[in-house]
Amino acid sequence: MSPALLPEVWRISDFRWETPQTFSLSCEKPEVQTRVQTLNPFRPGQFNMLYVFGVGEVPISISGSPENTSAQIHTIRKVGAVTNALAELKPGQSLGIRGPFGSAWPLHKAKGKDLVIVAGGLGLAPVRPVIYAALAMRSEIRSLTLLYGARQHAEILYADELLSWQTGAEIAVHITLDQATQSWQGRVGVVTSLIQAQDLDADRTLALICGPEIMMRYSAHTFLEKGLKPEQIYVSLERNMQCAVGFCGHCQYGPHFICKDGPVFRYDKVQSLLNTREV
Amino acid sequence: MQTEVVLLQRLHLDLLLSQLQAAGYQTVGPVVRDQAIVYDRIQSTADLPMGIGDIQGKGSYRLRSRDDAALFGYVVGPQAWKKYLYPPRQLLMRAEQNSRGLQITAPDQEVPKYAMIGVRGCELKAIQIQDRVFLEGPYSDDFYRERREQIFILAVNCTEPGNTCFCVSMEAGPAAGPGYDLAITEMLETAEPCYLARAGSAKGAELLKHCNPSHAPATLLEKENALWTAAAAQMGRSLNPEQASAALKSGYESTHWKDVGERCLSCSNCTLVCPTCFCSGVQEVTDLAGTSSERWREWDSCFSLNFTLTAGRPIRQSPGARYRQWISHKLAFWQDQFDQSGCVGCGRCITWCPVGIDLTSEIEALNALQTKT
Amino acid sequence: MEIKEDAIRKQRHFKDLPTPYLQALIRCAHLQTFAAHDFVFKLGGKAEAFYLIQSGTVAIEMFSSQRGSVRIQTLHEGDLLGWSWLYPPYKWHFDAQALEESQILVFDAKAFLEQCETDHEMGYLIQRRFGQMMVERLQATRLQLLDFYGDQK
Repeated sequence: MSPALLPEVWRISDFRWETPQTFSLSCEKPEVQTRVQTLNPFRPGQFNMLYVFGVGEVPISISGSPENTSAQIHTIRKVGAVTNALAELKPGQSLGIRGPFGSAWPLHKAKGKDLVIVAGGLGLAPVRPVIYAALAMRSEIRSLTLLYGARQHAEILYADELLSWQTGAEIAVHITLDQATQSWQGRVGVVTSLIQAQDLDADRTLALICGPEIMMRYSAHTFLEKGLKPEQIYVSLERNMQCAVGFCGHCQYGPHFICKDGPVFRYDKVQSLLNTREV
Repeated sequence: MQTEVVLLQRLHLDLLLSQLQAAGYQTVGPVVRDQAIVYDRIQSTADLPMGIGDIQGKGSYRLRSRDDAALFGYVVGPQAWKKYLYPPRQLLMRAEQNSRGLQITAPDQEVPKYAMIGVRGCELKAIQIQDRVFLEGPYSDDFYRERREQIFILAVNCTEPGNTCFCVSMEAGPAAGPGYDLAITEMLETAEPCYLARAGSAKGAELLKHCNPSHAPATLLEKENALWTAAAAQMGRSLNPEQASAALKSGYESTHWKDVGERCLSCSNCTLVCPTCFCSGVQEVTDLAGTSSERWREWDSCFSLNFTLTAGRPIRQSPGARYRQWISHKLAFWQDQFDQSGCVGCGRCITWCPVGIDLTSEIEALNALQTKT
Repeated sequence: MEIKEDAIRKQRHFKDLPTPYLQALIRCAHLQTFAAHDFVFKLGGKAEAFYLIQSGTVAIEMFSSQRGSVRIQTLHEGDLLGWSWLYPPYKWHFDAQALEESQILVFDAKAFLEQCETDHEMGYLIQRRFGQMMVERLQATRLQLLDFYGDQK
């Protein structure tokens, strides 16, 4: 049977808590260790279907580097039966994986441009691969900026990595929190204020946005106010998904299937749908 | 090349059926059950609904006796052929977890070989629409493909469309389009019906040859043509697909959906009887010991509340939004997704809606609202 | 020290102000340095100025004995601070505290309002700009209120 439909057995090689509700699973394919197969290559923005024995499947975007050929990382928030079961897995245990599926961030369009990546909350996970990929081709990109909004200090994802990026010169990183405690010395305010504060060259900017739908909608609005065209903005959407290959119908979003036409969409393709209720 | 038209008698149909069975086909076709025409296994023409017709309307379906011996004198019933190609329940995989770790295996199932007897033009088109969904996208569904590759289709051209039919609008009938192995038209000239038959594939032609049939007389062909013309003129409903699609897109946020939502029961009947609706959900079924698990795919419906459950919350909460999704998908978005309409005009959704919601009237109402404003 | 027009044009909403109006703003402004932890203004104090941040960071905060100091928003280079001088009761509703050494243009609100009284055209234009800034702050606050990163259903 097609590997797109039948999960392969992978093994957890590393488990780490990122925030109180969010964890990262590194998964490796036993066949790769024995050099029978290569790891399924993926493009930044794509997702896998993770299967927990006896519980079910859930779509999770890949959050590691596309150049990592030994393991694929998934950052997951505990929200339902399957993600709760995933949180119980230990290194050495197995899970099923199908994928990768879906569309990718259009990194090729960033050549010679100012690439601005906006992430909100857990939305940093699906864009981390594109940050890695952009850093790998940094000389071809005019400028690289990450604007990250999170709820609280404790909910900042990949904090160590963000810090190391902040201290380097390759990527400008700006972080803002919705709710700050005394431990936080950085910016406080909604993520759109970070976009507002950017001095953008509208014609040369490519914006990639990932986070809760409201956050993406307002972030896109702010970019439009700054003079970007909808065609220069990309967003990543989320819907119920059961098959990931366009058969089950659950993820339909107007004329689109999120699983195969998305999850990454050019903003003009979904702009009016994002402003409509109960699509 | 002009397709040769031959004349068959009922005994030839029985001969065809037995030949198909000899070739390993399960012959399935229309039978009367629970006061409706449904599809099930048939052995011979004796199993067919001889002399049975039906009366259909909004939310209404009744069988009736005909005053002839027609074997195919009914309009489509509640079931579509999709139940054979895309079964209501399908085992997707098995998983075992034991001391050796996790193993996942594909189900090892025998693929049934069906000969479908009595496929209407609208139904043939519906099969082709599902082909597009399951076979012609970036991925192909192995379960569907394995079944689809070995079916035999005996189509029956429609000469008596029902009150809820509009296949002419959707270019799906009344005569069956290409894609069949054999197509027949039932001629009720004499007490015992006879059949005009055409082969649509090498398999079909080969089978016909064994019947040793005679050429169809020109007079019968003329009569057949007249029957089709009359049938096309007798459609109980009509729909302009381009207009419908445009109305749905511009009326996406119309207040009309609230109105439909107040009538719609979200019962899913329309999606279950629809020959093109393809949505499914998956169920994980574990044994009591917790060492083995099965993953099943089951027909699902965009009318169920949890269909759009995302991060713990359904997105289409109101019945009106769910009806809007169904009709917009069928008549507008399908075009964007698969370059064709998702509707074949079979009328099942109108007949089997318990509250008589008629998609053609809903389009008219939407149009009327829009021209008013 | 002379204040340059560019210092005021840093503010998005003042970027395209006609030069005479910029001059009017400059006439009632002075540059002030606030050290880290200095209060720019305090809750309940008389609102007699508005501020334009040239460098550094200022936090808008509210203090309560139960929750300590709650930071609502931080403001940075190019941001305007303070609108309570516009309307009665002309009192600050929050604390504004510099989080690091910050250079801030302080505008004498009373003096500026007097100029606006003699030049309504200018007053109208400036009011519009403040109005826009206030709408943006309100919208941002509403988004914060949504708490959209949370798990709450």
